[in-house]
Amino acid sequence: MAEWVNACAINDVDEEDVIRFDHGDRTFVIIRDHEDNYYCTDGMCTHEDVHLEDGLVVEATIECPKHSSIFDCTTGEVETPPACENLCTYPTKVEDGRVYVEI
Amino acid sequence: MPRDYSLIGPDAQRAVDAGLVTEDWYRTPIDRKQMKALMRRADQPAIRDTSILFGLMAVFAGVGIALMPSWWSLPFWLAYGVLYGSAMDSRWHECGHGTAFKTRWMNQAVYQVASFCMIRDPYCWKFSHARHHSDTIIVGRDPEVAIMRPVVALKVAANLIGVPDMISGFRLMLLHAAGRIDPEEAEYLPPMFHAKTIRTARIWVAIYALTLGAAMWFQSWVPVLLIGLPRLFGCWHMVICGWLQHGGLADNVTDHRLNCRTVYMNPVSRFIYWNMNYHVEHHMFPLVPFYRLPELHRVCAWDFPEPCHSFAEGYAEMLPALWRQRKDPDFHLRRPLPATANPYQDTPAA
Ligand code: FES
Repeated sequence: MAEWVNACAINDVDEEDVIRFDHGDRTFVIIRDHEDNYYCTDGMCTHEDVHLEDGLVVEATIECPKHSSIFDCTTGEVETPPACENLCTYPTKVEDGRVYVEI
Repeated sequence: MPRDYSLIGPDAQRAVDAGLVTEDWYRTPIDRKQMKALMRRADQPAIRDTSILFGLMAVFAGVGIALMPSWWSLPFWLAYGVLYGSAMDSRWHECGHGTAFKTRWMNQAVYQVASFCMIRDPYCWKFSHARHHSDTIIVGRDPEVAIMRPVVALKVAANLIGVPDMISGFRLMLLHAAGRIDPEEAEYLPPMFHAKTIRTARIWVAIYALTLGAAMWFQSWVPVLLIGLPRLFGCWHMVICGWLQHGGLADNVTDHRLNCRTVYMNPVSRFIYWNMNYHVEHHMFPLVPFYRLPELHRVCAWDFPEPCHSFAEGYAEMLPALWRQRKDPDFHLRRPLPATANPYQDTPAA
């Protein structure tokens, strides 16, 4: 059963940047784009076991730090290989200066 | 210990069993804000360099054609060859990483052209290079080991005129054009890309056939001097730079400071090679574009072994090690780290 989880403060993530968010035994990333929208995706790249926390955020995309696969943060869709599978994304909302994620 | 570099041989499993197939590679700690600034993309440096590159190619080829059949055309063809057979290698590399340009279609366009010049299928080599970054110089895993051990001097030297590379490139292109994928390539190329590889090979075969046909029709060397042959006589610069990347250094380790070499080079070589002489830096942080590697080099200096200060110094360090590796494949160089550095990570930390 999905629940809204308080993930971080909005200022914990810089503009066009990403932070890691661990919950239970799962790992995610919280991404902030150039227009202050927040996204949450699985933390690990779908290509190999590399965490996206060190990735590069450009507008609403995140690029894997290992082999540069680019994922659309809004849909999780993979835009460039070598990753071939999409990322799972999770709904987010901002309330009282906090980012909540439905997981 | 003997080494089997096949990706489907016993060393592939040995690497897995030894825990060498891992994400746990050493990385120099860098402040996130600083890293973000280093990874930031721009179009301008690559547009400038690409314009210079294609401009020079047009000029050298034009003058070369104009001066034929005089021997005075030779230096122009040699210069054109280096840009075709060597600079295209670094363009293939940087655009394959997607770091050269900020605009994605520009990376793609130059990547396709450079892949053709280098006779490297753009899909196979995208995945092969990803594997090279995941498992750098891990025997049985890395498909891009330039100097295998024990070192066979003649085989290594033959690469200077691109013969083994060209044979392998054409063999694979014809295999793909016939609708087949090499079993080693199938190790890393996902099936969803097979059709693209096959289609690309058929287009390339058509281009080479047209080039050859034009050479015979016009009874002229010009078509093959423009397309194809420069891959042979112009690749020497790529090769002399490429040997320095990993030659004589460790294999089967998980720290790029142990298996990559940074060498200071002259501005012309750095233009041709697009700063890949900062090779430790590139392997540790592949998202940093070529034009920010000198800056990354300064940021990492406290944690990296002293770079070689010239080609000559690089070769003086590497060649004796390669000579020894003819008989003793386990021998490798281990360069001292500065006192400020974190210790080497020979095996996975976890
Ligand atoms: S690990 Fe992410 S693209 Fe390879």
